Amino acid sequence: MKVSTSRFGEIEVPDEDIIRFPFGILGFDNSSDYVILNDPATEPLRWLQSLQEPELAFVIIDPLRFRTEYELDLSDEDVESLELQSPEEAITYAIVVIPKNEPQKMTANLQGPIVINAARMIAKQVISTNSSHKLKHFVLDEMRDMMLARKKNEKPDLKLNRKQPPAKSHGGR
Amino acid sequence: MLVLTRKKNQKIMIGDNIELTIVEIKNEQIKIGVEAPPHVKVFRKEVYDAIQEENRAASEMHEITQESLKGLSDLFKS
Repeated sequence: MKVSTSRFGEIEVPDEDIIRFPFGILGFDNSSDYVILNDPATEPLRWLQSLQEPELAFVIIDPLRFRTEYELDLSDEDVESLELQSPEEAITYAIVVIPKNEPQKMTANLQGPIVINAARMIAKQVISTNSSHKLKHFVLDEMRDMMLARKKNEKPDLKLNRKQPPAKSHGGR
Repeated sequence: MLVLTRKKNQKIMIGDNIELTIVEIKNEQIKIGVEAPPHVKVFRKEVYDAIQEENRAASEMHEITQESLKGLSDLFKS
């Protein structure tokens, strides 16, 4: 179908790419159909574009691009409305807010993530009950922390060796 | 809106499965116990409001274009 958007002009969206939000996105009840626009040049940021409102689009990110783990406990109600058969079918995105003059302070909302059943193309903005999932996660800060932690973990043996005193010094026990 | 007046330890039923209990009344604060089936989600209204507000902020970034997003993409490569 042909869809008009304020940012991308008229775009062609194949039916199989349409993601349906039966409950909308909180505060945006008038839009139920969206498409994800992913251009390699903007990765890891993508657009979630409304098909009903040309001006309505959200910037989204895969939480695993800035943190090593993101475990979401879905309620029975969420699983049911997403028609999920297995956890593997679920794809999670966080909506990103980019402050006007300080884009490096962009934040991602992990308390109200978007969960998509990729097999059935049904999605929902769910509410996480995990208290470590906040409304505003500073994406670039957390990504830096993740990279640092990874670097540290790359050389665990070296670190252990350094801490261990030479075997001979234990001689007089 | 239905308004009910309750005393401490009194309850309110919502449907057959949801039970609210006034647990404690202390000055301006009221403690309420909620017993509901696992599929019923119980949240403070503020959580909904905050997510809605965050969504609104995310939807109003009209200055963000595809071009600016490409620029931001570089921040992830460093």
